[in-house]
Amino acid sequence: MDRALDLTAGLGRAAILVLRGAGAVALFAAEALLHLLRPPFYGRLFLRAFVEIAWFSLPVVALTAVFTGMVLALQSYTGFARFNAEGAVANVVVLSITRELGPVLAGLMVAGRIGAAFAAEIGTMRVTDQIDALTTLSTNPMKYLVAPRLLAGTLALPLLVVVADILGVMGGWLIGTQQLGFASGAYLKATFDFLETWDVVSGLIKAAVFGFIVTLMGCWCGYNSGGGAQGVGRATTAAVVSSSILILASDYVLTAMMFSR
Amino acid sequence: MSGGTTPKIRLRGLAKAFGPKVVLDGVDLDIRAGHSMVILGGSGSGKSVTLKCILGLIQPDAGLIEVDGQDLSKLTRREREALNDRIGMLFQNGALFDSLPVWENVCFKLLAQRRITRRAARDKAAEVLAQVGLAASVGDLSPAELSGGMQKRVGLARAIAAEPDIIFFDEPTTGLDPIMGAVIDGLIVDCVKRLGATAVSITHDMASARRIGDDAAMIHKGKIVWTGAAATLGATGNALVDQFAKGEREGPIQMELRR
Ligand SMILES: Nc1ncnc2c1ncn2[C@@H]1O[C@H](COP(=O)(O)OP(=O)(O)O)[C@@H](O)[C@H]1O
Ligand SMILES: [Mg+2]
Repeated sequence: MDRALDLTAGLGRAAILVLRGAGAVALFAAEALLHLLRPPFYGRLFLRAFVEIAWFSLPVVALTAVFTGMVLALQSYTGFARFNAEGAVANVVVLSITRELGPVLAGLMVAGRIGAAFAAEIGTMRVTDQIDALTTLSTNPMKYLVAPRLLAGTLALPLLVVVADILGVMGGWLIGTQQLGFASGAYLKATFDFLETWDVVSGLIKAAVFGFIVTLMGCWCGYNSGGGAQGVGRATTAAVVSSSILILASDYVLTAMMFSR
Repeated sequence: MSGGTTPKIRLRGLAKAFGPKVVLDGVDLDIRAGHSMVILGGSGSGKSVTLKCILGLIQPDAGLIEVDGQDLSKLTRREREALNDRIGMLFQNGALFDSLPVWENVCFKLLAQRRITRRAARDKAAEVLAQVGLAASVGDLSPAELSGGMQKRVGLARAIAAEPDIIFFDEPTTGLDPIMGAVIDGLIVDCVKRLGATAVSITHDMASARRIGDDAAMIHKGKIVWTGAAATLGATGNALVDQFAKGEREGPIQMELRR
């Protein structure tokens, strides 16, 4: 009886902590978004963040996409051969990549790169008083540090996912034509015949949400970093873990919303 | 202390605790306009926290902070920002932006307030750097490339570039050799005099305190335990201050070596 009470009390406490954290993050995000509406705007900082996210994540995202497309083609071919549906390989590859794997894998890769980098950078600024210094130098740190990064993440990830979609399909096509014996034209025709705009667009919307999540958690964890090198280390880990989990969880919610017919 | 006129900064009953740890426990202090106040106190006695409370970076738990007779807790966000526009701060560890070159650090506030174009900022930075004894070429370096003394000077240049009328210096000479310390003290005195500003400096160093300060105050266990003329430091007749000034192990201040 006591055990059960302890357990429920513990769960309750945990739930309260999670809810309080979620509320704080939501307020943080809302404040940053409001700053996007009011000048001054930091175009230079937005561009720097955009380049860091879009351009420098390109190699990882590209490699991930190519290999995923290749694996998908192989797996679906051998799997579908069991019920003589090898012909569906091209469709399976393009649908899986555009709807699901493109955005999710790009999101997770960017979470590792950018979430960690932002948390470390902003966390270091926190523990070395640079964020306080901004305030004393007539600059709002939310507007200067957080708002441009959030915008950059939200816009850059869809761009990365467009590249991932193309390269993922190419990876599938490569295996399909070189190893599985599809004719190049027929494979591509099968790829595009059944593809709907919404398949791609839904993936890009997901990407925008994931980009927002990654940059938000990176900024939030850095901004609230505890003292010293250890605090910054913890902030970095927390940013990567929390944004990865939130990507997967929100992916479910988004998918349910977009495709529940 | 200042006989009738409103002090530039007035603290009354300022209190702040972090969790169970009481840092400020009713700080009362008047800082005279156009004068230089030094605040003394042991490490961790809440000197930096006091300055951060005045700057609005830390929310005090209780107490009154007035600048020019105006209660800061009653300011709107915009008024608060306008006040911070007039305050310069040299942070204890410099807090220079390591993603920006020195010249942009120095002119950061002027650029933020749009009082200067980026093109003009380089020249302005060179001018301010010269005032703290640094060559214009330093402007193109990154803060990480500077020695400790140079970082302090750049921090000083950044604090004075926008010509504030209140300046805070948090341990401007800690960690420097005695000669560089004296040089920085000299720069501070010059800058403050030239700007006609009200200055508040934090220091552990008695020689430095006497050089920089008109007035001095000692903080101990969360309260101001003594105020007086900086020139009298070392022979104040207050046992706490005199022990601190002479750096004696025996006296009313007992270091908490164990907890
Ligand atoms: N943001 C904070 N969170 C928790 N504790 C803090 C914070 N800032 C300062 N403290 C604590 O308050 C005490 C006083 O700090 P500080 O004012 O920096 O001392 P000093 O007089 O050396 O400048 C220290 O024990 C420090 O650990
Ligand atoms: Mg301090």
